[in-house]
Amino acid sequence: MPDFDLGKYAGFIWPAYAITATVFAVMIGASLHHARRWRARAETLSAPASNDGATRK
Amino acid sequence: MIPAPAFLTNPERFMAFSRWAAPMFGAIAVVLALAGLWLGWSAPPDYQQGATVRIMFIHVPAAIICEVIYAFLAGASLLALVFRHMLADCAAQAAAPLGAGFTLLALVTGSLWGRPMWGTWWVWDARLTSVLILFLLYIAYLALRASLDDEAKAARSAAILAMVGVVVLPIIHFSVYWWNSLHQGSSMFTKGALAPVYAYPLFTMLLAYLSAFGSLWLVRIRGEVWRRRAEAAALRMARA
Repeated sequence: MPDFDLGKYAGFIWPAYAITATVFAVMIGASLHHARRWRARAETLSAPASNDGATRK
Repeated sequence: MIPAPAFLTNPERFMAFSRWAAPMFGAIAVVLALAGLWLGWSAPPDYQQGATVRIMFIHVPAAIICEVIYAFLAGASLLALVFRHMLADCAAQAAAPLGAGFTLLALVTGSLWGRPMWGTWWVWDARLTSVLILFLLYIAYLALRASLDDEAKAARSAAILAMVGVVVLPIIHFSVYWWNSLHQGSSMFTKGALAPVYAYPLFTMLLAYLSAFGSLWLVRIRGEVWRRRAEAAALRMARA
C-alpha cells in the first residue's frame, strides 16, 4: 500500500511532485492548444477549396 | 540507406497514423504512470536516502528522456537539413519545447533531492552543469527559430545549432566518470545495482515518460503540419 508519511522530507518531496504535475499540465495544455488552434485555422482557410467533401485527418 | 516507413515520410500518412497513435500513447502513459506511482509510493524508504527515494521515480526518467529527446531533435534536424524534409523539420521543431520541459524537470527535481541529501540546492558539478547546458541549448534552439522572420533560414540555423549541440550528450553521460562528481554514476542500467523494489517503479515511470513524450510529440508535429498548411493557404489566398 502507498505510504504518504514522508516525515522530515515532505517539504522536498511534495514540491517535486507538484512541479512535475504542473510542468506536465503546461506541456499537455500548450501542445493541445497549439494543435487545435492551427487545425481550426487551416480548416477555415482551406474551406472554400475543400468543399468537395474531403475527409479530415 | 535504410528506407523510412511511409507513415514517417508522407505527411498525409503521418497525419492518419498520428491521429490514432497520439491518444493511444497518451492512454498508455496514464496507465503506466498510475502503476509506477503506486509501486513507487508503496516502496519502503531507502536505508540511505529515506523517503527522498520517491523523488528518484520522477527525476531519473526526466533526466534520461531529456537526453533521448535531444538525440531525436538532432536526428530530425540532420534529416531536415540534408533531405529538406518538411516532416523532419516539424519533428525537430516540435521536440524542442518538450525537451526543454523535461530538462527543467530533471534540474528542479534533482535540486529538490540534492538539498536534503547533499546539503545544497546546486553545485557546479560536471553532470549538473552539462544538463544545465542542455537546457540552455533547447532555449537557444527555440529562440533562434523564433527570432528570424525567414522560416527556412531559421530552420537551417536551428538545425545546425542542434547538430553541434549533440556533443553535450556524451559529456552528460560520461561526466560522472571523467571528472570527480558529487552526482552518483549510472545505476539504472547496471545489473544488480538497484533493488527490484526500486527498479520496477523506476522502469515503469521511464516507460510512462517515454509514452507521454511520444504522445505529445505527435500532437505537436500535427499542430506544426496544420500551421504550415494554414500559412500556405493564407499565402494562396493573398496571391489570388
